[in-house]
Amino acid sequence: MPAFTPPPLPSDDKRWKIVNGTMRKNGFARHALIETLHTVQSSFGYLDDEAIRFVARSLRVPLSQAYGVVTFYHYFSLKPPGKHTVTICAGTACYIKGADKLVAAAEKRLGIPQGQTTQDGKISLMTARCVGACSRAPVVLRDGEVMGEVTSGQVLEQLERWAVE
Amino acid sequence: MTIEELEQIAKSVCQENEKYDFEVNVCMDLACSSQGAQQLKDALVKAAETSGKNVHIRRTGCMGPCSSGPLVRVDPEEALYHHVNADHAEAIVNSLGGAPVPDLQCDLNEHFDKQVRVVLENAGYIDPEKIDEYIARDGYKALLTALTEMTPNGVVHRITESGLRGRGGGGYPTGLKWGTVAKASGDVKYVVCNGDEGDPGAFMDRSVMEGDPHRVIEGMALAAYAVGASKGFIYVRAEYPTAVGRLTAGLRDARRRGLLGNNICNTPFNFDIEIRLGAGAFVCGEETALLASIEGKRGTPRPRPPYPAVSGLFGKPTLINNVETYANIAPIVRNGGKWFANMGSERSKGTKVFALTGKIANTGLVEVPMGIKLREIIEVIGGGVPGGHTFKAVQTGGPSGGCIPAEMLDVGVSYDALVRLGSIMGSGGMIVMDDTSCMVNVARFFIEFCMTESCGKCIPCRAGTAQMFTLLTRFCNGSGTMDDLELLESLCSTVKEASLCGLGQTAPNPVLSTLKYFRNEYIEHIVHKRCPAGVCNIQAPVTDQKEVLA
Repeated sequence: MPAFTPPPLPSDDKRWKIVNGTMRKNGFARHALIETLHTVQSSFGYLDDEAIRFVARSLRVPLSQAYGVVTFYHYFSLKPPGKHTVTICAGTACYIKGADKLVAAAEKRLGIPQGQTTQDGKISLMTARCVGACSRAPVVLRDGEVMGEVTSGQVLEQLERWAVE
Repeated sequence: MTIEELEQIAKSVCQENEKYDFEVNVCMDLACSSQGAQQLKDALVKAAETSGKNVHIRRTGCMGPCSSGPLVRVDPEEALYHHVNADHAEAIVNSLGGAPVPDLQCDLNEHFDKQVRVVLENAGYIDPEKIDEYIARDGYKALLTALTEMTPNGVVHRITESGLRGRGGGGYPTGLKWGTVAKASGDVKYVVCNGDEGDPGAFMDRSVMEGDPHRVIEGMALAAYAVGASKGFIYVRAEYPTAVGRLTAGLRDARRRGLLGNNICNTPFNFDIEIRLGAGAFVCGEETALLASIEGKRGTPRPRPPYPAVSGLFGKPTLINNVETYANIAPIVRNGGKWFANMGSERSKGTKVFALTGKIANTGLVEVPMGIKLREIIEVIGGGVPGGHTFKAVQTGGPSGGCIPAEMLDVGVSYDALVRLGSIMGSGGMIVMDDTSCMVNVARFFIEFCMTESCGKCIPCRAGTAQMFTLLTRFCNGSGTMDDLELLESLCSTVKEASLCGLGQTAPNPVLSTLKYFRNEYIEHIVHKRCPAGVCNIQAPVTDQKEVLA
């Protein structure tokens, strides 16, 4: 059987080399699928068709399986994130302390449901299952930075600041 | 690395520490960090430099009472300061050697007095990224002693003797599991650590991995020696980047020190660990789903048997335990099984770490001996419900746990007692609810979670949770009927009995326990169309009003 040669990188973009590096480190083994998808997402911000195809071919995983894995796990996103992301924790402790009100306030202000990005691509509104900062509920991540004991006013203030940037 | 070398490292750390007159420990766990602990630490370093005092400023893992954060502990006086910010740095440094700063001192004696720290004994005392500080607190001593003086069987026996049960929630006897994997035939075996802390409201595994990563690594290495494995995996949530970073650094340092790798401590024992990232699927906390995820597949569970102990990762015998379980191993091997078995209740030994959150004064991490009354945890350690509200229920076990009402608070915490109450131990989340929470709405919240997180493999869970959610939504918006309630109850038993894995089998728990203890709230929603807590937005249907008028 001829030795397997991985497909060429989709473009000169250096980020593909990082992706390829993860696969090479794992010997292009099929079980490296999730690891590689993590690398794609951390390098590109999201997973597009081209990336999924490239990874699937490189690891010799059926495209259906790769797509199945991408859509199974909440952490992977098929859409590019906005310039800024506000993530409201929807864990139990945050819910008990009124996180649903924060979500409602943000949805109303941005005019989009949770999980989406504003049309101008400025702000993504996400919810998280639990970020593990339950002792300071309700928790909001401002571009990944944890803020505790947040009020609707603070969320709206932040959104306002981003909107006028 | 030999035991003598280990002792040498411990000695040099002690000598290094003795050079300082004072130690200022800053808690830099997530909760304190989110309130400016980093700026505080920088300010303390600066203040210490200008004062000319001989002070060691150390960052540590979680000290416990997160609601009082950012926390600082000054040693050797053991003065604990709360709500500290960068502006207080100078006052703290100036006070060293004199009386403590009165405004910052906190009185949490009651909070700490009832606690027993085994798993968290190092958290708040060591810098998590310094392996030598861990070694100085008897770290890796258990591993090297076991490798040189004990047989693998001896280690299994010691764990069995301790009575330790799995801390991930199931409560399966750890020694029995280890024994099964040890006896399984095959040259290749794996040891896996479940760090996929999916329970919303629980964060003790995160704190252990971030605050004392070597403790987990040592526990896994001991397990590998006991069962005859040479490769391990830690499966961590991608949502915990700090934990991933600390574990990566910890593994690197352990390899450098010769505590992982080939011929550890000049014995034939080889062991190394790799980290695998989760990707946000609650079901991956279930062991067979977790193993599928490590193999790069969708995290769907499969029927057991065969159990992972016989056929697990890549079809090989696999030992899989939770973070907190591994964190208990080193002290048990060091101090003996009997020492551990002396703590706790009759069938639940040792201590348990709980993440105390929700409507309670002292939120944070607590570690208590098993058998302690729920009331003590909530009223004494937790400081009760704040803001003049009254306690309504405490929810244990995450989305698959149950709500325990006030009249049951005198029950001692153990695996079996919680199951009898209709809840489970779970991984240790404890969420307190007061009179502002509607129990029907809470049940709906949990079912929504289980519905979204159901992997879809088996129908009772996939379709059952969706139907339960629809019924609960009807109660919450006032369109539910008594027939719906009957249907909900029968659905609960179907989903419980017929689901493939733990997620589905326990998903009805929040509904069943609220129905058991708070049935009147359901009746209020259905019959009187009102929500006693004022949470649900119920609009009385027009037809009803006409009937009333007629």
